[in-house]
Amino acid sequence: MFDEKDMILEARHVTRRFPASGGRELTACQDINLKFYRGKTLGLIGESGCGKSTFMRFLVRLDRPTEGEILFKGKDLTKLKGEELRQTRQYIQMVFQDPAGSFNPKMRVRDIICEPLLNFGRIKASEKEAVARRYLEAVELPGEFSDRFPHNMSGGQRQRIAIARAIALEPELIIMDEATCALDVSVQKSMIELVVKLQKEKKIAIGFIAHDLGLIQAFAHQIAVMYLGSIVEVLPGEDVEQARHPYTRALLGAVFDTKMDFTKKIKSIDSEIPSPLDVPPGCPFQTRCGHCMDVCRQTRPVLKEWKPGHEVACHMFGKEEEKP
Amino acid sequence: MLEIKKITISYQDCPTVKDFSMSLKKGEIASLVGESGSGKTTVIRAVLGLLAGGGKVTKGDILFEGQSLLQNTPDQWRRLRGTDISMIFQDSGAMLNPIRRIGDGFVEYIRTHEKMSKADAWKKGVEMLERMRLPGGDHIMRSWPFQLSGGMRQRVGIAMAMTFQPKLLLADEPTSALDVTTQAQIVRQMMELRDEYGTSIIVVTHNLGVAAYMSDWLVFMKDGEISDSGDRDAILNGNRSTYTKKLLDAIPSLGGRRYV
Repeated sequence: MFDEKDMILEARHVTRRFPASGGRELTACQDINLKFYRGKTLGLIGESGCGKSTFMRFLVRLDRPTEGEILFKGKDLTKLKGEELRQTRQYIQMVFQDPAGSFNPKMRVRDIICEPLLNFGRIKASEKEAVARRYLEAVELPGEFSDRFPHNMSGGQRQRIAIARAIALEPELIIMDEATCALDVSVQKSMIELVVKLQKEKKIAIGFIAHDLGLIQAFAHQIAVMYLGSIVEVLPGEDVEQARHPYTRALLGAVFDTKMDFTKKIKSIDSEIPSPLDVPPGCPFQTRCGHCMDVCRQTRPVLKEWKPGHEVACHMFGKEEEKP
Repeated sequence: MLEIKKITISYQDCPTVKDFSMSLKKGEIASLVGESGSGKTTVIRAVLGLLAGGGKVTKGDILFEGQSLLQNTPDQWRRLRGTDISMIFQDSGAMLNPIRRIGDGFVEYIRTHEKMSKADAWKKGVEMLERMRLPGGDHIMRSWPFQLSGGMRQRVGIAMAMTFQPKLLLADEPTSALDVTTQAQIVRQMMELRDEYGTSIIVVTHNLGVAAYMSDWLVFMKDGEISDSGDRDAILNGNRSTYTKKLLDAIPSLGGRRYV
């Protein structure tokens, strides 16, 4: 369903281990393979602490993986240095969860939006006002906002400024780390509409981190589900209800919305997520899975194709013809 | 059981909540929903007499089992809070003393409200924790708050709030800091409380899905006023105000609208 020609970034066997006390190791990401396509959104979902932000931070080079490579335009991002790295940064931008924390509180909106452009010598200082107004308009904010400080704006407006700053350099990939979860639902909706509109206009690839399956399926082209550092399922956004992996099924069972059947009992896993310091050998989900078999305790399942564009890492599922 | 009659709440002479009325019977769950800053939390804090920053109920009355709460003396409040009415906060971790073990706080809380030996209070604490499906209650009583996950801390908060089987439970965004799977567990447990003990619950939330699943009554607030209220089916299916429709329309739902 995706054209391989449109692939702009590929993560191959990315693993990140952090040293922990007592000589132990914490594996935050284990053998992650994901592809980002031009003009498409990849939604990465999972519970807190599963490693989704850690992974996305590699793509903007805020951190480096222990193993594996990240190919962007044929170059391995993890090995770039100096000026070459600086030049590459303009193609990949990031929007953070809390925009208030990602702005300098003493800078005006105009300076915030234009700083990346000035850094790369794209505009002259005298053009700042006009450029800032153009980008404010692109994110549907009035032009007068260019004179404001971040604290003069509401959370939704600040998030729009963060998006304006991210698109200013015309990047090819934008990473959004739970960019809407601090916002009210009505603001969230307009934010999603804006992001989708900008994506269509500029053919930007988006990596979106979320923990709400209901939200992510509304606009992601592919969804990757992460659990304890591993990707357990990758599926097309429109097929989310055909998810196979028991963990994704549990996430689906935990979604509340106003159109659901209210007499339905909530099915949810009772236990807690195990500590990432002692991930059991075999399948990471074994301790909470209702279908746990002997093989799950010994062998770690790998992602296998279930249908085109839909991969599952579970011993219960292989090729479609082997359907149990 | 609880009746809020046309109350106006002001902070420094500036009315924040205007003309708010609602009533609740035994065993009913009501949700207050609305955007940030619409006054949801202010209303339930007023019910417990915990308005922050010099807030005051300037008009109207709040009746709890026929008694007005507004004329309560500090001593009457002390007897009411934590026994007949209790509250769950958004982040129970912030409510627990970080430099004392869970058990120490729990035992102190029980002994403040009831004459009981320390050993009995400890046993009661363990029993409450295990009822909240926290396995190994004794171990949790001996843990520090930072050793527990957010979902576990929230369950400790609920266990404490339910110790004296309150008639009214107020929950201020009980699940908004939690993951979806943990949220589902907490929602289910709160509904079991209602079924088991007949507790009436008021939930403040901005998650309309959770509100719709749990509640018998929904109250929508906007800028300190009730913009819409009614029973769940009427709100969700009926022809409501444009604001209600706009909010309902904004919720992403499975199999719902896709933007791409």
